[in-house]
Amino acid sequence: MAKVDKSLPLEYQTEQSRLNILGFWIFLGAEVVLFATLFAAYGSLKDNFAGGPTPAELFKLKDVMIETLLLLTSSFTCGIAIWYMRRQNLKGLLTWLIITLALGAGFVFVEVNEFIHYVHEGATMQTSAFLSSFFVLLGTHGLHVSIGIGWAILIIIQLMKHGLTPTTARKTFIISLYWHFLDVVWIFIFTFVYLARMGG
Amino acid sequence: MAKNHENEKFPIGHIAGFIVSLLLTFAAVGAKLYTDLPMITVMWIIGALAVIQAILQLFMFMHLTEGEGQVQTINIIYAFFCAIVVAGGTIWVMTSGHVHY
Repeated sequence: MAKVDKSLPLEYQTEQSRLNILGFWIFLGAEVVLFATLFAAYGSLKDNFAGGPTPAELFKLKDVMIETLLLLTSSFTCGIAIWYMRRQNLKGLLTWLIITLALGAGFVFVEVNEFIHYVHEGATMQTSAFLSSFFVLLGTHGLHVSIGIGWAILIIIQLMKHGLTPTTARKTFIISLYWHFLDVVWIFIFTFVYLARMGG
Repeated sequence: MAKNHENEKFPIGHIAGFIVSLLLTFAAVGAKLYTDLPMITVMWIIGALAVIQAILQLFMFMHLTEGEGQVQTINIIYAFFCAIVVAGGTIWVMTSGHVHY
């Protein structure tokens, strides 16, 4: 049996957990660089419209703000879920995790609708270099959120089955890091992809 | 290392972080859409607001300094350094960088 340090929060109590959390931070570092390459592509190709729609014609502040507020709020509720976990409150943890996932699902729903709307306006991935890089960057982020929802559902099932143990607490903490990270990426998408290119 | 018994009865830090994040988001919208500042100034303002909000998330929500805090912090700083070199460097080379040749 691994050495358990009871003076620490559940998710840090075993050596294995501490290493897993550190390893996940290193993975997030690699994810930062992955998204940087996609931002580099978007930043280089953003003015190549090839006669297709421009950002000023496509982007609507209302839709973007709805997506931003959904994801920002879900990052906050995910933080609250971990706050409950640290108080050994399984019910609070599950409640706030499910709220987080509902907000995340709302985000994906609005984003998919936005993409369908763009395609109907003749703005597809093949239309121009601007739209290719736009859809690759946004699609990669949206895919991360979708995978995160599936992953969190599996964690919720484990929490309901096994309760709060050093192992389930560590797994929950790691998905929370992932979820907050997705909001960090969105801050930069919101700022540089959408807001910087809106009229005004 | 994190303490086991955080004694706050109310997630005050999280709520503060959330409110500040909202303010930063709306400040960025205001700076871009409701001022007449030059484009370059606006870009620096909204870029700075984005960086501040990202740092806020890392400390208020992600507990960056817990666990192997020092290694994690150095790792994330290095990741952001690489990101700036990759994204900033590419965009510079592809826009103003080659203008001189």
